[in-house]
This record gives sequence, structure tokens and C-alpha cells, in this order.
Amino acid sequence: MDLFRAHVLVCGGTGCSSSGSAELIKRFEEQIAKNGLDKEVKVVRTGCFGLCEAGPVVIVYPEGTFYSRIKVDDVDEIVSEHLLKGRIVQHLIYKEKADEEQHSTLENIDFYRPQLRLALRNCGRIDPENIDEYIAFDGYRALGKALTEMTPQQVIDEVLKSGLRGRGGAGFPTGKKWQFAAASKADQKYMVCNADEGDPGAFMDRSVLEGDPHAVLEAMAIGGYAIGASVGYIYVRAEYPIAVKRLQIAIDQAREYGLLGEHIFGTDFSFDIFIRLGAGAFVCGEETALMHSIEGGRGEPKPKPPFPAVRGLFDKPTNINNVETLANIPQIILNGADWFTSIGTPKSTGTKVFALGGKINNTGLVEVPMGTKLRDIIYNIGGGIPNGKAFKAVQTGGPSGGCIPASQLDIPIEYDTLTAIGSMMGSGGMIVMDEDNCMVDIARFFLDFTVDESCGKCTPCRIGTKRMLEILERIVEGKGEPGDIEKLETLGKNIKETALCGLGQTAPNPVLSTIKYFRDEYEAHIYEKRCPAHHCQKLLNYVITGKCRGCTACTKVCPAGAISGTVKEQHKIDTTKCLKCGACMEKCRFGAIEKH
Amino acid sequence: MSNHNEKYEKLASVIEEHRTQKGGLMPVLQEAQAIFGCVPVDVQEIIAEGMGKTLSEVYGVATFYSQFSLEPKGQYVCGVCLGTACYVKGSQKVLDKLVEELQIDVGRTTADGKFTIQATRCLGACGLAPVMMINDEVYGRLTPDEIPGILATYKA
Repeated sequence: MDLFRAHVLVCGGTGCSSSGSAELIKRFEEQIAKNGLDKEVKVVRTGCFGLCEAGPVVIVYPEGTFYSRIKVDDVDEIVSEHLLKGRIVQHLIYKEKADEEQHSTLENIDFYRPQLRLALRNCGRIDPENIDEYIAFDGYRALGKALTEMTPQQVIDEVLKSGLRGRGGAGFPTGKKWQFAAASKADQKYMVCNADEGDPGAFMDRSVLEGDPHAVLEAMAIGGYAIGASVGYIYVRAEYPIAVKRLQIAIDQAREYGLLGEHIFGTDFSFDIFIRLGAGAFVCGEETALMHSIEGGRGEPKPKPPFPAVRGLFDKPTNINNVETLANIPQIILNGADWFTSIGTPKSTGTKVFALGGKINNTGLVEVPMGTKLRDIIYNIGGGIPNGKAFKAVQTGGPSGGCIPASQLDIPIEYDTLTAIGSMMGSGGMIVMDEDNCMVDIARFFLDFTVDESCGKCTPCRIGTKRMLEILERIVEGKGEPGDIEKLETLGKNIKETALCGLGQTAPNPVLSTIKYFRDEYEAHIYEKRCPAHHCQKLLNYVITGKCRGCTACTKVCPAGAISGTVKEQHKIDTTKCLKCGACMEKCRFGAIEKH
Repeated sequence: MSNHNEKYEKLASVIEEHRTQKGGLMPVLQEAQAIFGCVPVDVQEIIAEGMGKTLSEVYGVATFYSQFSLEPKGQYVCGVCLGTACYVKGSQKVLDKLVEELQIDVGRTTADGKFTIQATRCLGACGLAPVMMINDEVYGRLTPDEIPGILATYKA
């Protein structure tokens, strides 16, 4: 094996790829060869580093220098200065604040310091398309240990003892799931990986698949051994082309190395994995719907019991785990359950990955021990709210979760505490909202999503969510009526109790949680016909203030002819004609138009 | 015409490959969509016959998933992300601007067959919000003002 004195790690995750990291890699390779360094320096395309905000990200080892927002033209300088002369290019390194001059490495960046990367441990560290790099970081050792030193029951006991709970949403104990599937007797069982990551704003599963696909394969093989399955399926979103490609490469390499296939590690255990692509249906994240989709049918859920562990895919006992859950398995087997329970809290062990997005300075993926406070994630790791705006709420759990107000920011993040305050862990999306976001409109946005994604099988979800959406649409249009809030509460409660699957049972959460914490906003819309966040167009009034210079620019863009006035004098908007399109406000160069 | 026949021959071989596979209907529909750009009813009929299923079953699956389209899409598919992270950062305004510029509704294709507008689910590039994709090209941190300029590069 060749030894290199330096490594250039370039992020090849979806975020950085979108901002051109593939061209960076090409340029690095060209420039390194041109300078005769190709025997000394190696360029590695890795998975996601997590700090997507600073993308495309490049890290140069051995120093660990963290370069951010690198353009193709910057590459030459990094090669000629840093790689050739050993001088760090100060003006390209990542700075947390504009005025700081510091040598940024992963270890001394605020974004990374409070993090503990277990599920993401190899993301941004290895080349995901090279099985040897995974093996060099203890890859497939856990599978070897399980197959040669442990019985299937011992594997299950270890996972049970670790307290690992499903990272995909509901938080069901993984060991129990395995125990149920193992207890079912059948000639064929299946191990399924749920990679249908549909929650808007959550992309941790994609990052694991893109950055560390072998960890998922290894965990599936361990699970297969534990429950007695010989075939595994990965059901992955078609919207994730890079993840699909790397998974297939990983599967091919693992087969070549005999880590998948017949008689793995010379034992009697045989296991193989196949990929199935989703086709754009959110409900397929629900396990029974997902299995229908793998079977080639409409992805509609069915009542439980029978549970998948008894009768699942192709009517055989099936165990389904989420990607991030699986990514924890190899380390639990290698380091033991006691190590895992030493991280996190008693009822929520280990870590959780969150996708930070929305109105926050550092968007990206963060992994923290369970029990970390929301405030720490948003203000320390996330760097707070941009543009000096005030924090309003953080939405967790996607369309199944709820909005958490500032008053609750000091609760520790655990499955049960989040449920207690009307939200849920969900898959780990965390969208921050500031004072400009209207909570009624956010509730409408999520209902619009669930109505569209409802499969239509059960009445509460098909019709109930539609009725809720209609009420919310009326409210944001200024046609809310007294009694609407109470109607939403009753409907929401009934849907939660009667819907068939998790999608319907959790669909009212965004509405109920916003009513709980932001009832005054609903009331302002309904009783005062006013949107406190100045977001809902139909409830706005545009007013021209004394700053107006009478330039007439606004009169020309107004599509309704609602603005009148003479040149060089203050203009006026006729509110009865105004369409509230906001064109005048965008056009005004003097900031003279305000919305109230 | 030969091109036309080639597509149907390709479809036949795809069906043959997946005919006996458990749950083979989804992969066949996905490949059919890649071959024809959509899965119109005549293609569904061929698939139903080849896979030994009823047309209603195939139609049921094809219309359930948003990825399958029964009508051809434009040469350039403009998908604006309406995931939560993009939405709170104003992707609706980007979408509105696109509708205004191309003068078609979301989900429709321009008369010349050049552009289709779609409101997509989360693309997972939340760090670049708001995001739009035109075919495989990603445009991030967008403002509505940038839309006309971007479209112009495809109109040329």
C-alpha cells in the first residue's frame, strides 16, 4: 500500500456536490500531478462533513486544516502554497466570525466541538467507495465478532442491553424488534433497511449512505444473523442518486470480499443484500407501506397486528430498521452495550443526528449525545439566528412533529421529553424559525404536505386532514371564523386516535403544537384579521410612509393601479384596489413602503 | 421509427429480466419511465401483459407514486424544493416567480415542450436553501430575481 505524506479530503455529499466539489477534485488532481506531488499527496472524495453552510469543504491532513467555500480558482493556491510549501492559506480557511484570524481545524471549530460522532463517525473521514478504507477503520470487525464469537441470542441481548431505540421516528427499542423477529419460525425471513427518508429537512440517513455505506451493510448482516434472515433489502429514495450509486458499489465490493454472500467468515451464515428504489411517496416510510412497495404494489399501510416480525415482506417474518439506527450497531457489538449506555441518558441512550436548517447560521448535520439541550444545539453549534432576528420556534420531527417555542429550549432532547411537549424526535429534522415566520402558515404548510401524501386508505387521514387544511387556508386568507381553533383541536384529537398508520396519527401535531404555544397568532388572524409576523399576504396592508420621494417607480409596477400621487410628492396606496402582491415594496429604493 | 421500435424492444427485455422477480413491477415501471420519459397507458398495457398482471393493477401502482408520470415532461424539468428548510427561507417566492416567467401552472409543461415546473419534496440540500433543480443541475441560495437569468441560459 502506498503511503502519502498528505491527504486532501474533499466533501462529496449532496450539498457540496451541488456547489461543485466534483470540479474541485478534478482540479486538485490536475494541479497535484502538475507539481509532481502525485506520489506524495492523495485526494479523497469523502462523505458529508456536516457543515453544509460552509460548502464546498476541503480538509487537508495531517494538519487538519479546514478550508471552506472553496472555488475551483482557489485550488491552485492551496496546492502551490499549502501542499508544496507547507504554508496554510489563511484567507481560505473557515472562520467562525468574520474578524477572527485562526487556524481552523475540525477540533477547534465551535460547530464540531460539542459533537460526538458515532453514526457519522466515518462520514468525511473515509472514501465511501473504497471498502479497504472502511476496513482500516475497524470495518466488518463487528460482523466477524458476531459470527465467530457470539450466538444470535447474544447479539440480540447486547443490542437490548444497549437501549438503542429506532432513530427513524417512533423510538421503539431495536433489540425488542430483533427479539420478536428471531422468535418467529419460518423458512425465510427478511432484514430490511428503511432508507426512505421523506421528512422534509432531514438528510442524516442520506449522509450515512453517501459517506459510510458499508456500516449499513455490516449492520444488516449482523441483524440478519441475529434474527435468522438470509436476505436483506434496502429501500432507498430515488431522489438520492449519489446514495444509491455508492450503496451499489459497496454491495459489489462486499460480495467480492466475501463479506456478503455464502458462508461469510467461513461460517454457516449466508446473507445478501438488494436495493429497491422508492418512487416518491412519503407514506412508504411507514413499515407496512414500505413492504407493500417492495412487493411491487401501491405503498399503502395495513393494520397491525400482525406485526412485520410475524408476517411481513412476502408474508414472511421481517425486521425493519432505519439507516441511522443500523449505523450504531457495529460499534455496539465492538465496544459493548455498557459503552453505549454510558452515552446519553438512561431512557435515550447514545447519540442522535439532527439536520439543522432554516433560519440558523450553521446549517448542516450535527450529532450530539441524547440529553443535550435544544438551546445548545441552536446557539452553540448552530451559531444562532442570522440577521439579528429573534428566535421564534424550532420545528422537530417533520410533518409528524411540532413547533417548540423559546420557553422550552432548555429541555434535554430525549424521545419522551419531546413527546411530552407535543413534538417528537422523528427522524431528526430541526428547522429553526424566526420572527418573520407565521406559525399558522407553517401549520398550513405541513397539513398541505400530509394531505398531498395521505394514501387515502383510511377515512380520518384522507378526509380529516383535508378538512383541517381547509380551515387553515381560510384562516391565513383572513376568512377565519370564531370556533375555528376549537374545531381544529377536536378534529386533530380525533384523527390522532383513529388514523390507521403513523402518518395520520401524527399529522395533526404541527397544528396542535402551534395552537398550544402560539394560540395568540391564530387569534390575531381570526379575530383581528392580522398576521403578527407580517407573512400572510392577504392580511397585510401596504402603506407608503414619509420617506417617499415621489419617484413614481411604485406606480409603474403596481398591476392594479392602486397607487396614486404626483411626482416628487408622497404617494398613496388605495387599499380597496391593492392586490397585496408586494411588487411596490420590492421596487422602492427608499424603503418608504411598509407592511402592517 | 427505428428509434421508436428500439424503445419497445428495450422495454421487452426489461420485462423479461424482472418477470419472475418478486416485486418486479416497480423496477419495470422505473425503467420504462427512463426509456420513454413517462409511462402512458399503452406502455402500461404492455407491462401488464408481460408481467401477468391486470392493467388496473399496473395503473394503480403507476398513479400512486409521484415519480411516475403519465404524460411526457418538458426538455428541462425545473423543480423548486418546497421542503421545510427551503420553504421557511422563501422558496415559495422562487416558485411563484418561475410560474410568472414561464406562464404555466405548477405541474404543467410549456406549449413548446421545453420547460416543466414542479414543486418537489425535500432535495436534502438544505444547506443551500432555497434550492431549485433544472434536470440534474442544482441552483442554491436563490432569490426570485435570479430566475429570469437562469431560464435565459436554457432558452438559448
